Amino acid sequence: MSLSSTPLSGTIGTKQAQAKSSSLFRQSMRRLMRNKLAVSGLVVVVIMVLACFIGPFFSPYTDNKVHMAMMNKAPSLKHWLGTDALGRDVLTRVLQAGRISLTVGLASMVLSVFIGALLGAIAGYYRGFVDQIIMRIADLLLTIPGLPLLFIFGALLSEWKVPTEYRMYIVMFMLGFVNWPGLARMVRGQMLSLREREFMQAAVVLGLRDRRKLFNHLLPNIVPLLIVIATLNIGGSILSESVLSFFGLGVMPPTPTWGNMIDAANNLIDFQERPWLWIPPGFSIFATVIAINIFGDGLRDVLDPKQKR
Amino acid sequence: MKDLMKIDHLSTYFVNGTDQVKAVDDVSLRVREGETVCIVGESGCGKSVTAMSIMGLVEEPGGKIVNGEIHFEGRDLLQLSKNELRTLRGNEISMIFQEPMSSLNPVLKIGQQIMEPLIVHQKLSKKDARNRAIELIEQVGISRAAQIADSYPHELSGGMLQRIMIAIAISSSPKLLIADEPTTALDVTIQAQILDMLRKFKEQSNMSIMLITHDLGVVAEMADYVIVMYAGKIVEEGEVVKLFQNPKHPYTQGLLKSKPVINQRQDELYSIPGQVPNPLELTESCYFHDRCEHCMDICRTKRPELKEVAEQQKTACWLYEEALVNA
Repeated sequence: MSLSSTPLSGTIGTKQAQAKSSSLFRQSMRRLMRNKLAVSGLVVVVIMVLACFIGPFFSPYTDNKVHMAMMNKAPSLKHWLGTDALGRDVLTRVLQAGRISLTVGLASMVLSVFIGALLGAIAGYYRGFVDQIIMRIADLLLTIPGLPLLFIFGALLSEWKVPTEYRMYIVMFMLGFVNWPGLARMVRGQMLSLREREFMQAAVVLGLRDRRKLFNHLLPNIVPLLIVIATLNIGGSILSESVLSFFGLGVMPPTPTWGNMIDAANNLIDFQERPWLWIPPGFSIFATVIAINIFGDGLRDVLDPKQKR
Repeated sequence: MKDLMKIDHLSTYFVNGTDQVKAVDDVSLRVREGETVCIVGESGCGKSVTAMSIMGLVEEPGGKIVNGEIHFEGRDLLQLSKNELRTLRGNEISMIFQEPMSSLNPVLKIGQQIMEPLIVHQKLSKKDARNRAIELIEQVGISRAAQIADSYPHELSGGMLQRIMIAIAISSSPKLLIADEPTTALDVTIQAQILDMLRKFKEQSNMSIMLITHDLGVVAEMADYVIVMYAGKIVEEGEVVKLFQNPKHPYTQGLLKSKPVINQRQDELYSIPGQVPNPLELTESCYFHDRCEHCMDICRTKRPELKEVAEQQKTACWLYEEALVNA
């Protein structure tokens, strides 16, 4: 039983390892691709993103100027989705609005995942006093329903006369801020169980710094969970942004978002006579959010089988 | 030989409400340079907790080291700050665990996990660390090291993973390696390979090993010095050959008697009657008294101290105390 000459029973295992290596990700992707519903969701999202970010470059109506002669025209060959009360092309505006709405959704998701994962990880890892403080703040935010909280913020923004150009960024922060507590809780729960696992004891024994243990060893274990939550979170953020903007508390015109475009439906005449004003943004929200959620559910099935509903 | 680590009167208790479990009770031992010390005992006798106390893995609330000193090269580990302790762990003292399958992080590649202590303690660059990691994988007898470095723990077998654990443990050429039942989860052939490998590295770098096991076969194969623990206390210790040839404590005698003998058919293996006492109900008696064939009156009321009964052999039993008195 000489050691140096023992190539070990693992030759077969090695071959498999070779075939499977770096496949943890690829394997999941393959399984995801087999889920037709999730793929169709992904396709819709991709089309939406491409249309919003590239589409306006092909539109001759991007100047955002008032055209008195072209007010409230029904869809035609020149204006596929008609024009609005100021004579602007609705299709172009829907696409431009999509840029804003998607960006706000994405940015606030990144923010809330970042804050939530960081605070949740710290709370779960250190427990005790730190945990108490972070989690009580999270609980506090969770006890206040998100929408009214956002309304208050939005009303404050209007009260303080925040310039319209900045409102978009502030709305991102608001949405990110409202969303982190739920995520922090989930991450904390995962951390509490992961930190007790034997491999973390092994990491302690290696003499690693807390920061290294936390970010190099613990966080990678919850990446699948984070991906799933993040995806579903985008849909929610887009919805919240739309609701806020619809009520005139989010992003303000003239910056278009899907939410403030549906505001047209508030006007009875527009609602009854000019459906091209509010159906396109409404449909965009509906299609995007549903597509993201379907895709997110598919992702969850693949990445996080324990969380199946 | 110089003492590398000396533990004095270590007591580690676990507290649950008002209940107090003396997992390790007044244990003193020492590990000399280049020596292999085996700690033997059945489950729950405090072997692992001793190791955890050394590594600082006993966490409050729950566990608490209530007394004692652990001197490692003259420094008391229990007095060191968190940072000082961190620079020792994984560097001068490393540890191998019982379950290789769960001791490696499932989402990190093998190579990354070997690189961690190299980057942290040896301050190697990522590239150098990776090369060294591949070297280490080869050293523990795994071929295709580069591929293995890029695979995940679930892709390897238990034996291979334990080799990887050893590779991680020896990566910084530690002075002391604590192996907590390193072969219990492996099958017998792999077990022999792993033990061979530990011995090889020990000889190469004059490393000391503290081996925790319940397998007397492993003890006979590896140990220079044996410590037998029972219910949190050391009941007997001694140089390995002497202890195996002439066990003094009835518990050690029982342990050795209950080992199967190769090439000999036995109807039933000997087993020590009774059970390990409930650690919550320990009294001032000898903890082994109700299972002991030679139980005397004094055994029920007073606990014997660890006394030298022969050269390089100590035992805690009244039998020899009496003998000493009579002689």
